Amino acid sequence: MQVIELAWWQLALAALMVVALAACTVAGRLGMGRTLLIAAGRTVIQLALVGLVLEVLFASARLHWVVLMAVAMLLIAGREVVARQKRRLLGGWAFGIGTLAMFLSSFTVAVLTLTVIIGPEPWYRPQYAIPLLGMMLGNTMTGVALALDRLTEGTWQQRAVIENRLMLGQTWREAIGDIRREAMRSGLMPVVNAMAAAGVVSLPGMMTGQILAGTAPALAVKYQILIMFTITLGTGFGTLVAVALASRRLFDDRERLRPDRLAAPRQ
Amino acid sequence: MATHPPLCLDRLDVGDLRPVSLRVAAGEVLCLAGPSGAGKSRLLRAIADLEPHGGMVTLGELAQADLPGHAWRRRVMLVPAESQWWAERVGDHFPAGDVRGLSTLGLTPAVLDWPVGRLSSGEKQRLALLRALARGPSVLLLDEPTANLDDATTRGVEAWLMARIREGGWPVIWVAHDPAQIARVATRRGRLESGRLVEEAPATCK
Repeated sequence: MQVIELAWWQLALAALMVVALAACTVAGRLGMGRTLLIAAGRTVIQLALVGLVLEVLFASARLHWVVLMAVAMLLIAGREVVARQKRRLLGGWAFGIGTLAMFLSSFTVAVLTLTVIIGPEPWYRPQYAIPLLGMMLGNTMTGVALALDRLTEGTWQQRAVIENRLMLGQTWREAIGDIRREAMRSGLMPVVNAMAAAGVVSLPGMMTGQILAGTAPALAVKYQILIMFTITLGTGFGTLVAVALASRRLFDDRERLRPDRLAAPRQ
Repeated sequence: MATHPPLCLDRLDVGDLRPVSLRVAAGEVLCLAGPSGAGKSRLLRAIADLEPHGGMVTLGELAQADLPGHAWRRRVMLVPAESQWWAERVGDHFPAGDVRGLSTLGLTPAVLDWPVGRLSSGEKQRLALLRALARGPSVLLLDEPTANLDDATTRGVEAWLMARIREGGWPVIWVAHDPAQIARVATRRGRLESGRLVEEAPATCK
């Protein structure tokens, strides 16, 4: 089966409908028109650019170009994690912890999946490596950002409780235990929900794409299950690392709570 | 009566306060007064090592830095003016085992099964004292322990606390506003004003 060609003017029709949606929100004074249009514009520009980059990358298929692309994706994801925090850790710790957590989990799981499970030739073949890493980073980023935001915001809201628990002689781990569990939960909720709803409520994007491209559904399903599991692993371990490091950073070597290490919220 | 080692502050430096040196012996109650914002609470927090500070705090031979933070705070027990309750049930905030002194404070043992939301502010204040004592401290730092109580309850809690202090033999620093209360409970008095501690009978460790 051949994929049906999609022309730019056909995309323009879809874009027109997004503009119509924006116009409706403006008419209803719901204040989302501008945001919608900017985000839609970003999607077009970013995806068009990445399409060009991928064409070049696939043509050359050299390891160092793949690594460069992967590092660039990682750093942008790290920036995005910081941008999604209401009260981030000061002094570069928010970026450092977020990026390190995503590096440790996404890169390890992606490399393992490529070498041990899928086994393309060579193992870093960009047609497999880049989409796999992209999907993992995207989801891990969401998990890490949600968990860190919940952790820092919860700590700020409940600083009096944490300090009272410290006064009673609890260790920092006990004193922040409830908030850490909450943070883990919110980081993992999206992937847990996605796995629970897969195939019943929603048809996952990658599987849909493969089926549209002519892959037999049975094979597309296998790939989708694999991707679901790697995303869960990446998100889970990434969130684990981020919550462990960030919660330690909220206390000093005398186990004092240090809310002064959190930035004031942005307006 | 159990005896505890004395609490010593050697040029303890926190906030805008001039460095504080003092000694509180076992069974002594040092009452601290002073206008709000003078740094009484911060001083107590520094002694409990909840706030970064300069100078030394020792408990007999034991210095703050000899113990991990939580172990120091289990000994040097700070009871804040406003207590916090994080678990569902009141009893979850107490270490396992029986809780002494509920009835003397006008509370029934059933209070331990109550949800926290059912407590009045006065009950919280009394239970906060109980749960601190239940952890077997060596020093008590009390930040306005009767702030939310009416007169009659204040007298009752005061009498109970003094009996427990006589029995427990802790060195105590008690932040209070009411001169009448200070007259009743203090064995020594100090005042924080214009950035320094003024003691009527100063004692240092040196």
